[in-house]
Amino acid sequence: MKAIDQVTVVFTSRSANEGFARSCAACFAAQLDPTLDEVADIKTAVSEAVTNAIVHAYPDRLGKITLRLRLYGEGWLELQVKDSGVGIPDVDKARTPLFTTGGEERSGMGFTIMESFMDGLKVRSQPGKGTAVTMRKRIARRAAGPK
Amino acid sequence: MPITVASKDSGLTITLSGEIDHHAARDMMAQLDQAIAERVPARLTLDLSGVTFMDSSGIAVLLRALRQMERHGGSLRAAHIPAQARRVLDAAGVGRLIPFD
Repeated sequence: MKAIDQVTVVFTSRSANEGFARSCAACFAAQLDPTLDEVADIKTAVSEAVTNAIVHAYPDRLGKITLRLRLYGEGWLELQVKDSGVGIPDVDKARTPLFTTGGEERSGMGFTIMESFMDGLKVRSQPGKGTAVTMRKRIARRAAGPK
Repeated sequence: MPITVASKDSGLTITLSGEIDHHAARDMMAQLDQAIAERVPARLTLDLSGVTFMDSSGIAVLLRALRQMERHGGSLRAAHIPAQARRVLDAAGVGRLIPFD
């Protein structure tokens, strides 16, 4: 399926960019006239994915994170957060609620929240090469929808 | 990250405000640790009314406050939780550990 619109943003894995990334996603989604709850879901899911990349993909250095936002027909939004970091050795384990290698500062609930707030979540990872988290969400078209 | 502390009898209320993400959480945890260690309250209420955004980093903040309180036999509640933060806490089942007002 061909994307109707696409934006790609590349930024450094600094925690100060977490807010920037979720604002970007919210601004891109605005063309679908989402509800406030839908905007909040998008911001939360992007925040989780970007935080994972900052904390886990580049534990000892700064690296690049790519946020790719795509719009497809019928209100489908695709959000991809990609890094070239250490990768996840066991994706299924990483997706288990409460599992974290981040110590007391992390809750281990990031993937659980992405799954509950999005309509689809795919994680591709190769140890030593990086991780791509792709999320999809359908924004229901309202009466005064996008033109 | 701004936290405001107010005490009444043996209870302490700490109001958290702003965006609680991974970037803000570390400072917030340190400030909470300090407030709890200094005052050793029997009851702590975390008032989230000023929280404009929260992701799972906020869950870690709340769970850490709970552990700190339990260490001296105190109790923790969360109050005035905005809708977005509530959805995050509910998705993680935090209400089973910390009562919400």
